[in-house]
Amino acid sequence: MAKCWHLLLSNSWLLGFDRAMGREPQQVSYTVEQLVSVNPYNPDILTELENYVNEQVSSQTYSLDANLCLLRLYQFDPTRLSIAIVVRILIKALMAMPAPDFSLCLFLIPEPVQADEQIKTLIVLSHYLETARFRQFWDEAAKNHSLLEVVPANVDGYIANHLGLVSIKEELNNVEMTVIQLSYGHFSGAGFEQAIQAYAIHVLSLSYQKVPRPVLAETINIEGLSLDKFIEYHVANSGWVLEKGTGRSQLIVLPRNEFNHPGLKKNSSDGMPFEHITRIFPVLS
Amino acid sequence: MASSYDYDDGSLDTRYARPPSSGQGGGGAAELSYDPNFVPDSVKTFVVHLYRHIREKNVYEIHQMYEGSFQRLSDRMFRENPWPSVEAIAPYVDNDHVFCLLYREMWFRHVYARLAPTGQQRVESWDNYCSLFGVVLHGVVSMQLPNQWLWDMVDEFVYQFQSYCQYRAKLKNKTEEELQFLRQYDQAWNIYGVLNYLQALVEKSSIVDILEREKEGLEQFTATDGYDYEGGTSNVLKMLGYYSMIGLLRVHCLLGDYHTGLKCLAPIDISQQGVYMIVIGSHISTIYHYGFANLMLRRYVEAIREFNKILLYILKYKQYHQKSPQYDQILKKNEQMYALLAICLSLCPQNNIIEENVIIQLRDKYNEKMTKMLRYDDEAYTVYDELFTYACPKFITSSAPVLEEPLINYNQDAYRLQLKLFLYEVKQQQSLSSLRSFLKLYSAISIGKLAAYMEVDESTMRTILMAYKHKMHSVASDGKIIPNADIDFYISEDIIHVVESKPSKLYGDYFLRQILKFEEMISELDRVKLD
Repeated sequence: MAKCWHLLLSNSWLLGFDRAMGREPQQVSYTVEQLVSVNPYNPDILTELENYVNEQVSSQTYSLDANLCLLRLYQFDPTRLSIAIVVRILIKALMAMPAPDFSLCLFLIPEPVQADEQIKTLIVLSHYLETARFRQFWDEAAKNHSLLEVVPANVDGYIANHLGLVSIKEELNNVEMTVIQLSYGHFSGAGFEQAIQAYAIHVLSLSYQKVPRPVLAETINIEGLSLDKFIEYHVANSGWVLEKGTGRSQLIVLPRNEFNHPGLKKNSSDGMPFEHITRIFPVLS
Repeated sequence: MASSYDYDDGSLDTRYARPPSSGQGGGGAAELSYDPNFVPDSVKTFVVHLYRHIREKNVYEIHQMYEGSFQRLSDRMFRENPWPSVEAIAPYVDNDHVFCLLYREMWFRHVYARLAPTGQQRVESWDNYCSLFGVVLHGVVSMQLPNQWLWDMVDEFVYQFQSYCQYRAKLKNKTEEELQFLRQYDQAWNIYGVLNYLQALVEKSSIVDILEREKEGLEQFTATDGYDYEGGTSNVLKMLGYYSMIGLLRVHCLLGDYHTGLKCLAPIDISQQGVYMIVIGSHISTIYHYGFANLMLRRYVEAIREFNKILLYILKYKQYHQKSPQYDQILKKNEQMYALLAICLSLCPQNNIIEENVIIQLRDKYNEKMTKMLRYDDEAYTVYDELFTYACPKFITSSAPVLEEPLINYNQDAYRLQLKLFLYEVKQQQSLSSLRSFLKLYSAISIGKLAAYMEVDESTMRTILMAYKHKMHSVASDGKIIPNADIDFYISEDIIHVVESKPSKLYGDYFLRQILKFEEMISELDRVKLD
């Protein structure tokens, strides 16, 4: 076999790569993002990418490029595929809607893996969101609470490190349970809910100038007092306005944008980029 | 699923017209009359001249020999046999290592095009590419080669990789010998190697930097077609790096990773004139894969725009390529892009962004099918299936084969997954088509009334309206929301107000073009001297 190939596949890939590029091998540590852009086709970075997925989940950050890179590596070597990690990637992708990230990930996941129960559930949830069936989505999501909370592997350690509550944990059982549920809500589950609610509001803003309160409630799955608080918050911060609709119902007027107000649509019909005009400057002079 | 989709080597993806008598399987060198060491005089002359032209950096002559003489000799003397072996011709070219690698590259390409490569030959070709790219990456190459040849190298590299993935995924009828061979040479054409070589070519050539600097006017690249006319430095690494970006787009599409594929192509600005347009094969391959990736990303208007441009280009210029060996491939891609355009327009109808001539061609080929697709009944899905199958890239399974019982053919698995997900997306857009036809009839209508017409309840109606909005607004790579639909609306409490985007007549652009054209004519006339 050609020697060059062995050079490329040596364990210390980056050293080999540097050599192949004619650079002096450096013992530099690369961040995950750097790895993904400089050296993505390397099975050695798989573990780091998996850790990065977990980091994204716990720190509420997101990187499509890194996750696609990992899914590709899984495709190249299916023996290393971890269903738990794939589930997390898909949940993060759902949270990125309206971007098509979820489909992008599915394109890379082999069919036998997609038959996994958890992944099938996520596909159903994605389907509801893609077709704006919000009521069905929230119903299904409630049934699959545990899946969506992306429970970190070491719950006690997690709570201990982040909340310093180890001592309380051992005492009254009731107190312990309440504490744990709050922390789930705070660190993982709530992140998911909020992301989907943001997507829901995005779709509403595309479609409605004035949306009836019951429609809003069903779309974002908030009712009663919590909904009042929610609306209050957005009236103060996002330019929402309350109005009276027909039959004493409440209407929420959403901010104007180019999608729900035809007048604001950017009129690109006869506008021309300046570079095109510069082409005839020599003629005009 | 379409049974007409067949991954057999050569039958769907031939570069050159295959003579009907060519063997279907088995070795290319099985002919008794073929002696790999016999070098006819014409071949002797050919290699000697080619070697001299390469040493003298006479790019024009190299191109003539590469495109012309090689094809003519292949047609005349090597229809059913490979060219003489590299060992036989080496003495005539001073045993030059690099020339031998180039000759072998052409040798294997000929075998793939006209004969059927054996497993052994496939692996040897991989070895040859490794050596050839290795030499280029070490920066010791000083020659200048025609862009056509350099493009063909990258194109063929990806093609042979794709072909090998198909080959090793068909395990059912393999002999024990062939399986043993696969076990032994499991590193040949592995996905890491292919991607890393392409990536290395992009990096080592610094082509991304060159393109950046060119935008600021600090570098001449596009203006000289990538060649260095004055300094005479080698264009090989630069151009291989450039074409590798397109190669990476192609490989990523084969894997189903459309987002990263488009990212790899990003340094090339396809809205401008560029080096990728010089060789028609590279132009078509770039736009085909770009358009397909955008289709899968639901960026329909972008895909339609680019398909429209390239189809118009092919319509105008294909006559000039009739004699070229790529002609068949050009026609094939042309047909595939019409199919993709038909799909895009059925999912996202548009007014007025397609040229008249392209519309005529499209109606000719797909009018009936497009009507069927818009109806969204069972037959519609069959048509979507058929067109997608015909037009999609040859997706591959990149992981190494499991060479134990049970031996199955899994070469269609990747394609089936992409097709399934595509049809799933089509299904999700099912109600949108009938919604659109209703919206066309009204300027304002209450949700209740529209729900009655569409025979759904009000709640479902609201769902369909929001789904339409979501599906018809794609998300660009920078996060911006881009409207795609030609019919739009907004809802005020219970009333839907329809907004139709007026078909815009682009006078400004038209006048600009005419001004420049006339200026050109006038200056040409000025140059004519009358005696």
